[in-house]
Amino acid sequence: MAHVPVPVLRPCGDSAVSVELGEGIDLAVNRRVHALGRALAARSHPGIVALSPAYRSLFVEYDPRRCSFEELALLVEEAAQLPDLAAARGAEVEIPVCYGGVLGPDLEEVAAFHGLDPARVAELHAAPVYHVYLVGFTPGFPYLGGLDPRLHTPRRATPRERVAAGSVGIADRQTGIYPIESPGGWQLIGRTPLRLFDLGREPPFLVPAGARLRFLPISREEYDRLAGA
Amino acid sequence: MRSAGPLATVQDLGRRAWQHMGVPVAGAMDSLALRLANLAAGNPEGAAGIEVTLGGLEAEFLSPARFAVAGPGTGVRLNGTPVPAWECRKARAGDVLRLDAPAAGARDYLAVAGGIAVPPVLGSRSTYLRGGFGGLEGRPLRAGDVLPVGLEVGEPRGPVPPTLRPDYAAGAPLRVVLGPQEEAFPEEALAAFLAGTFRVTPRADRMGCLLDGPRLAHRGGADIVSEGIAEGSVQVPGDGRPILLLADRPTTGGYAKIATVACVDLPRAAQLLPGSEVRFAAVSLWEARELLLWREYAVGRYKEGAG
Repeated sequence: MAHVPVPVLRPCGDSAVSVELGEGIDLAVNRRVHALGRALAARSHPGIVALSPAYRSLFVEYDPRRCSFEELALLVEEAAQLPDLAAARGAEVEIPVCYGGVLGPDLEEVAAFHGLDPARVAELHAAPVYHVYLVGFTPGFPYLGGLDPRLHTPRRATPRERVAAGSVGIADRQTGIYPIESPGGWQLIGRTPLRLFDLGREPPFLVPAGARLRFLPISREEYDRLAGA
Repeated sequence: MRSAGPLATVQDLGRRAWQHMGVPVAGAMDSLALRLANLAAGNPEGAAGIEVTLGGLEAEFLSPARFAVAGPGTGVRLNGTPVPAWECRKARAGDVLRLDAPAAGARDYLAVAGGIAVPPVLGSRSTYLRGGFGGLEGRPLRAGDVLPVGLEVGEPRGPVPPTLRPDYAAGAPLRVVLGPQEEAFPEEALAAFLAGTFRVTPRADRMGCLLDGPRLAHRGGADIVSEGIAEGSVQVPGDGRPILLLADRPTTGGYAKIATVACVDLPRAAQLLPGSEVRFAAVSLWEARELLLWREYAVGRYKEGAG
């Protein structure tokens, strides 16, 4: 029987609480974070303003006019006692990626760093089913866990001022996708033609936190076809 | 809009429901001033208004309208005649409203009866500058812009009672609740934070302000596993210089946070200018809520017309 930790509530001022469910970056802990978020959302307490899952904690913003810290603490404790908290699984999303070339300018460097063939790097990157730990940094940026240890690569010493939207990058043990053009220091190994954040679309976000994610390698021709569509 | 000054943006009370998707809250830095300007003008308190940073705004009314300015509000003129802040006034078509930089504080809020009717994006009319969306085309206002005003106009209220107007000039310490990572700092750093005087550096914008003063050492490292960030959080990176995070803060961050400004004092935090001095005083979570509930009781009474 797995040890179920008691949530630790850390007040962030008088209108937010960070509810910690464990230590470090851990898949089981993060699944509980998402499940607790869903359980609290299902209660739709009028005092809860926003629920944002992070790696090991759920950030709960509340309206102090409608809810006291004590009331919120009780709600959290009740929701955290649900037995199947870690069982629920998120949606699955497939992201086509064209690896290397101008779309993945750091693929060769990453391959050289590990003494691997660039094609092997792409193969290893596209093999796992990733877990979306959280969405943060910019609108729609998914932080993915499950990167093959053979691909763990430090960030670039000098961040780029502009990283193209759709770029797929590696930073240490993490991999992720830049939804909008922004500065960034991750090693860029490929690019997806999909738009992760598009205000002209309903819903505007493609990848929710808690989801499972697979990369599908595609050719440059396929990329151009999808990007042009 | 004849001129917009250093930075004027359309803001409401922010985009709260999308933080789990990495979308910052944005919204009025001094949300109390926006709410009270709206109430005075007869709007719902969350209607969109214009946040005017350091004055410089000159706008012509293209049709008759009621408006109210709240905030430090010391430089408001209608057709050249000084107009008091914190109360509703009438303007005719062709009247020119000018907001000069306030004597103390950084931001004034202009509410127009009906509200600024730009289309909402993800449930809010707030401009999020880095993301380039919300407000008017996701950008600061500029000369030549014409802003739509909503048609639903309520009854204006009397002047905002003086007891509800924050004293922006007083320089009283910002009250903070310690944490969420106060144990990441040794006793000396906590003492230095609460006893020291900090100065707002030129690196101060809608995202937050970098403070200069006693360096705050960490017990271990400055990094934590990334987590959500509350408005008013004071995070301390490895160099020991605290950063006070405000409306446009990122949704998550990985630096230890020594304290969080109590909601009741966020309006004063939002008015800090580069060069201003700032001090912090610790209150309990319960004290912070009590202070806020008293203020909200007073806002409620004003809203009900009993003010």
